[in-house]
Amino acid sequence: MSEIQIWTLVFVGLSFATYLTIAWRSRVKETKGFYVAGQGIPAVANGAAVAADWMSAASFISMAGLIAFLGSDGSVYLMGWTGGYVLLALLLAPYLRKWGKFTVPEFVGDRYSEYVRLIAAIAAIIVSFTYVVGQMRGGGIVFSRFLNLSIEGGVAVAAGIIFLYAVLGGMKGITWTQVAQYTVMIVAYLIPAWTIAQKMTGFPVPQVTFGQILGELDALSQQFGLEQYTEAFAARPQLDVFLVTMSLMIGTAGLPHVIIRFYTTKSVRGARFSAFWALVFIGLLYTTAPAVGAFTKLNLMQSVDGVAVASLPAWVNNWAATGLVSVSDTAETITTLSNDPASGADLIVNNDILVLATPEIAGLPAPIVGLVAAGGLAAAMSTAAGLLLVISSSVSHDLYFRVVKREASESQRLLVGRIAMGAAVLVAIYGGINPPAYVAQVVAFAFGLAASTFFPILVMGIFWKRANAVGAASGMIAGLAFTATYMIYTLEVFGTSAHDHILGISPEGIGAVGAVVNAIVTIIVSKLTSPPTEHVQEMVEGLRYPAAKRKETSATE
Amino acid sequence: MTDARGSAPDPGPPPGANGWRQEYWKKNLRLMVVLLSIWFLVSFVCGILLIEQLNTIVIAGFPLGLWFAQQGSIYTFIILILVYTLRMDRLDDEYGVAERDEEGNRL
Repeated sequence: MSEIQIWTLVFVGLSFATYLTIAWRSRVKETKGFYVAGQGIPAVANGAAVAADWMSAASFISMAGLIAFLGSDGSVYLMGWTGGYVLLALLLAPYLRKWGKFTVPEFVGDRYSEYVRLIAAIAAIIVSFTYVVGQMRGGGIVFSRFLNLSIEGGVAVAAGIIFLYAVLGGMKGITWTQVAQYTVMIVAYLIPAWTIAQKMTGFPVPQVTFGQILGELDALSQQFGLEQYTEAFAARPQLDVFLVTMSLMIGTAGLPHVIIRFYTTKSVRGARFSAFWALVFIGLLYTTAPAVGAFTKLNLMQSVDGVAVASLPAWVNNWAATGLVSVSDTAETITTLSNDPASGADLIVNNDILVLATPEIAGLPAPIVGLVAAGGLAAAMSTAAGLLLVISSSVSHDLYFRVVKREASESQRLLVGRIAMGAAVLVAIYGGINPPAYVAQVVAFAFGLAASTFFPILVMGIFWKRANAVGAASGMIAGLAFTATYMIYTLEVFGTSAHDHILGISPEGIGAVGAVVNAIVTIIVSKLTSPPTEHVQEMVEGLRYPAAKRKETSATE
Repeated sequence: MTDARGSAPDPGPPPGANGWRQEYWKKNLRLMVVLLSIWFLVSFVCGILLIEQLNTIVIAGFPLGLWFAQQGSIYTFIILILVYTLRMDRLDDEYGVAERDEEGNRL
């Protein structure tokens, strides 16, 4: 066993033991604990949990690599996946917390009607499943690279741990493990980033110093046959950059597993503050990511520039075993680099390995490599757990107890919630081991779906009393149909062939347009049909004020 | 708004005393519009629409447009949420709708 493997085992073992201890200490006995953690989570802790819930294997493992190869246009992920929190904080979180029940479809049911709730529950399940498969896969990759486990074995181990704490503690167990997972994840991300910044620029704050190397990076990128790093719109046209950013923002604000985290705070004020803390914690990683991308890419290019194939650094061979790095058979020295296997460049590096390989590329010691592996696992597992809770609550709370069995005792509800969670874990394991060939497209689909179905009707449900059930149902179906049609038209899924992008709009960017279609249809149909009942309008009015008005005399500071 | 009901049910306030509600909501909306305009300005305007023009200005190695897209917008988002949270605290207190326990402490 290599030194790296021993350290990986140490960090992964320690972190898993922590998660299980937390789970045991926060086991729950009632549905309110299982679904919304008893609404007793302090704002800072909830912020950390939101951050862990939100930052998935994609944020931790893939994003810096994506930015490294996309250069300036990689900003869509940075702005898109943080700007959504401004929308969440201002437009959704406080009001949904005031309403104060368990799931997103349940709000839709109370505000609009039962059949709209069914559409929402099914959409929530689809969105969450497409997402969870990617997380399971990410966990499997970490295990297979660092512990020489098979991907199947890795997926099963990660899922087994999630199963234990999610079934035992529900939302409460998930919340407190997510706080621990955020800590592991951020430490694992920042330590190598600080070390590299110190090594390359002599100052350990990567956010400040990566500007210094951009000039060098531009020159070297061109030499390797790539676009200049800082050149805008080299990878995507301007309109597409705009729409993808917008889609990711409103998709983020519409993702059920993120929204339900705001149900767990003690108060409306707590929901507002958690959004602030969440973005602070997320921003810490997201402002570091572009620096990691830039530093690692420069490092990588410098370490292979003109080097003979026989004398490449050790990380190339280590990662070649996973198939994620490959050297062209015809190359003698490395003069070109790409992330695209079809490009025919001398060295092909997959986006996904850049963060995991950063410590090795920079020649950092083995314990740091092990720590990064534990961080990658924490990122994948924390997100997977949040998604599994959404699936479990949609299946049990929104479908089973609404459609099949309307009368049930508290303990029956809790048991069905746990069984649904267990079943969801099994399906997720299967999906992680046999991912559909189009996982990347499916994740784009999840964002498009969340943006074009949930976000508009949630916002209008709060801000426009006149929006009614027929309008919301038509809007959701129209937004979904529009978005899905364009995606199927431009992507190779379900056996269809891919067509050219219309106006350069990529399938990732169409969700924003779908959301506009949803909103317009909802407004027109609502206007043409009768307004919601007075009872519903009063409920909407009630959402707007955190508490009942107090008498002047009792308002003490 | 349908405030002309005969007898308001339990959670509803007495009719005629609702002026403060509209005022509170209007102030909330105004704050929201201001903050969302800044949100749009730093990300979509500085980071995307005008990125090429701003990139001609270079500070500490960063082309300014790229800096907004990869750093500045995120810092601004954090500040926007903080400002919103603090201003809403003040607004809640001003209108007496802050959540407090029996002793009047914040929840």
